[in-house]
Amino acid sequence: MTPQEFFELSIYISFGLTIIAFLFTILRLILGTTLADRILSLDMLVTLGIGFIAIFTLHTGFYAYLDMAIALGLVGFLATVAFARLLMHRGETNDTPAGDKLEDIEDGDGTQEVKTNGETN
Amino acid sequence: MLDIFLGCLLIAAAIFNLIAAIGLLRLPDVYTRMHAASKAGTFGSGLMLVTIAIHAGEINIASRALAGVAFFLLTAPISAHLLARAAYVAGIEPWSGTVRDDLKGHYKDKQGHLSSDEE
Repeated sequence: MTPQEFFELSIYISFGLTIIAFLFTILRLILGTTLADRILSLDMLVTLGIGFIAIFTLHTGFYAYLDMAIALGLVGFLATVAFARLLMHRGETNDTPAGDKLEDIEDGDGTQEVKTNGETN
Repeated sequence: MLDIFLGCLLIAAAIFNLIAAIGLLRLPDVYTRMHAASKAGTFGSGLMLVTIAIHAGEINIASRALAGVAFFLLTAPISAHLLARAAYVAGIEPWSGTVRDDLKGHYKDKQGHLSSDEE
């Protein structure tokens, strides 16, 4: 086996391992007991997508795909930040119906306004 | 010779990604899963970009790939920390086998205001 052939074989092996990793991550996305687990799975999917694009860049030899990986990383980071803020201000722990927790959220907003007023004064 | 080295590097990176995914599936709660996904996953994908940088051999492509690696190494801890803090403030309980929780009882309200022992 020449070194060139070994490199092409390693690209195919990496494709296979990354696809298995994708399947495990999607399984956690489906099973995930809390919202944070699902957000983490989406973050992991972006990371795996970057790796997949990197392998695909080596497979085709067309290096313009590299820019796509960098852009995907930027968008994925912003998506995770936005989801984390959603999780913090939603204030829910489990998959309970949203109507049960509505009063708690309204109370939480009220205390926040009082607190911020106190800090600025 | 370089091709053999790059092939081994690529397979190692893919194995890191696979280990991260297995950890994401098998570990007991969101905090330990975050530990697997944000470290092993970022390292795996970053190693693949380093492989591109060595394989290309051109300065413009290698600089782009290494800039991508630097960007991921900067943003992955930030997003993981933000998500862990949001999960803790939202009241997601750690695994029952957790030995130590230094923040226990310090988050009085749901808005993320941290209280100290003196208050």
